Amino acid sequence: MTTAARPPATDERTYRTTYLSRVEGEGSLTLRVQGGDVVEARLGIFEAPRYFERLVVGRTPDEVIDIVARICGICPIAYQMSAVHAFESGLGIVVDPAIRRLRRLLYAGEWIQSHALHIYLLHAPDFLGYPSALAMAADHRDVVARGLAIKKLGNELIAMLGGRSVHPVSVRVGGFSKVPRPADLAGIRRELDRAVEQAVETVDWVAGLPTPELDRAMLFVALRHPDEYPYSDGRIVSSDGLDLPPSGWPEAFAEEHVEGSNALHARTRDGRAYLLGPAARITLDAPTLHPLAAEALARTGLADAIGTNVHRSIVARAVELLHALAEARDLIDGYRAPAAPRVAWTPGPGRCAWATEAPRGLLFHDYTLDERGRVATATIVPPTSQNQAAIEQDLATFAPAVLELPHAEATRRLEMLIRAYDPCISCATHFLDLRIDRTEG
Amino acid sequence: MSALSALRTAPGRDGPTRLRIGVVKYASCDGCQLSILDLEDELVGIAERFEIVEWPEASSLRSAGPYDVLLVEGSVSTPDQAREIVELRRQARLLVTIGACATTGGIQALRNGADHDAWRAAVYAHPEYVDSLASVVPIAELVPVDAELHGCPINPAILRETLVALSIGRRPQVRDEAVCAECKRRGTVCILVSTGEPCLGPVTRAGCGAICPAFGRGCYGCFGPKEHANAEELAAWFEAAGRAPADVGRLFAGFTANAEPFRSIVAGRRALAPADPPSGSGRRARRRATRRPPTPRSRP
Repeated sequence: MTTAARPPATDERTYRTTYLSRVEGEGSLTLRVQGGDVVEARLGIFEAPRYFERLVVGRTPDEVIDIVARICGICPIAYQMSAVHAFESGLGIVVDPAIRRLRRLLYAGEWIQSHALHIYLLHAPDFLGYPSALAMAADHRDVVARGLAIKKLGNELIAMLGGRSVHPVSVRVGGFSKVPRPADLAGIRRELDRAVEQAVETVDWVAGLPTPELDRAMLFVALRHPDEYPYSDGRIVSSDGLDLPPSGWPEAFAEEHVEGSNALHARTRDGRAYLLGPAARITLDAPTLHPLAAEALARTGLADAIGTNVHRSIVARAVELLHALAEARDLIDGYRAPAAPRVAWTPGPGRCAWATEAPRGLLFHDYTLDERGRVATATIVPPTSQNQAAIEQDLATFAPAVLELPHAEATRRLEMLIRAYDPCISCATHFLDLRIDRTEG
Repeated sequence: MSALSALRTAPGRDGPTRLRIGVVKYASCDGCQLSILDLEDELVGIAERFEIVEWPEASSLRSAGPYDVLLVEGSVSTPDQAREIVELRRQARLLVTIGACATTGGIQALRNGADHDAWRAAVYAHPEYVDSLASVVPIAELVPVDAELHGCPINPAILRETLVALSIGRRPQVRDEAVCAECKRRGTVCILVSTGEPCLGPVTRAGCGAICPAFGRGCYGCFGPKEHANAEELAAWFEAAGRAPADVGRLFAGFTANAEPFRSIVAGRRALAPADPPSGSGRRARRRATRRPPTPRSRP
């Protein structure tokens, strides 16, 4: 910005959205600009606290799996997976490899429905100028129908393995309460061929959407596994060389109870913001993508842009959608039912910590179990509270590009930026408290 | 019944005007409104048949009312929410609560009766900032409710039936029976009888399709107590089979624990005692309380 174009220092403008739409949960956006400088950039969280980390105290590991699912209706399996892996690792329980593959299939189902939901119903309307996917359907009915068909298949996959798509019931410590017979999966297997094609179309479609410019460096964090795209196993790595076991999150990161927003932000121990989720995983884990997904990503030519422009996260999400569908197809083709639905285990004390990759990024759980094997303490760090500092940093970086626009349009562009992270405020709110600033702007 | 009389006068029953629908949420996981989006085959049709004027999860178009039908997810747990629901009720001809949080308080209502200040201090480094009511309350404790859809989460098929019924001005057809009836129709072998595992099916409202027994585990009551359920007798029966009272109480301390008679069973057996937070919790040490870091400046 040149000096000549610089507004006087007394010029103060505030861009505010008191209730963000098309995100999960209740959040607000505030951007304050003084004389052309961003002096405040804030993603506010006013969803009411639900005290989950206290609710699980005194409960058994299997009860915890049911309870923590309720932190988020969009990604309940992520909570079940981080919890069940934490307990199994802490108690030394080894599951049948067939159980492990079934859990990958279940997690794939969640990625499919969550990514399809965000790409088609929450995010795409921003690129095409519609208030909602339902309004978009009037002009782009086939596109919306394709998104809904993919989403439905993800939900069917979850319901097949867990009884229902929201808060499935089958995940237990040591395995599942019930596992499918190979024939049970035949119907979904037939639909997967078409869905994989639709996901390829999705990647090509989102890569061609008119996209705002942004070029910034970002610290990325994700799990990495040598042989597979990370869901529930791997080491915590970062774009600047971090390498920790999945229980090691507290060694590198810390949560801060921040005055003013009263929100808990996670930062690196040396105070830096970092970003999780599809863009981080594509940047750090592209070599383990399914060949079909790797090919689609290469065709877009946007692998680098995914790392520098968060608006391109929709492409990263679409590539992962294709990966999840293609891997689900492979998993079903290779499926053999385990010898037993679950292995026997003995309750006992221990520290149980693990991280898995929720659709929105790394989800860390840390429990201590008492002598009876009941939860004594719990810490749950969802992806959105980890992304919050990065979101606010990007808001400040992106803002100058829209300040010349009319106020309403500038505000819309800022909201669009926030939606690009797929923030899940319901998740973050299990400890993020309150409202911050509900004054009208 | 107020719901029916309101429906008969609702606009759009026979005419071209579509019913104005609003969807709002309070403390919840968003899973019940997600169930609307999970009606993938009907979603576009729903948007054509109804005028969805307020649904921030799905649309940037907003309306403060009035609504013909307002779907409310979540339980009320802050003073602001308690004030807001009263105003929203004035704007709505029909108010329908969706899910266990809205109808019973939900899992977060387990804190009711506990030492609220101690809980806040256990979770937050700065408990003085936390603005929440001492109790989590279902919507019907604050305003009149015309219909309730139960479940954690609700069953999308029951939601669809409700929307169809509303659109043509008839009463929704929802079965009033226990989960046991769904097990029988599904042909699931009884968990209680065949394995001895505890199952809340006999006292839990139907609607889920009896999925837990079908998946080899006992029902955990997420659709809430069936009307006139003799839950105390079932609890006594579990105890007679050798289970400790606190363990039996914990079976009922789930997603509808705030609904009677489950609440009395949980309280009477001190299922969640001790209610005090653990001492020496490591979290507050890890969660440093800091001043907000300086906001990054925009790049010149």
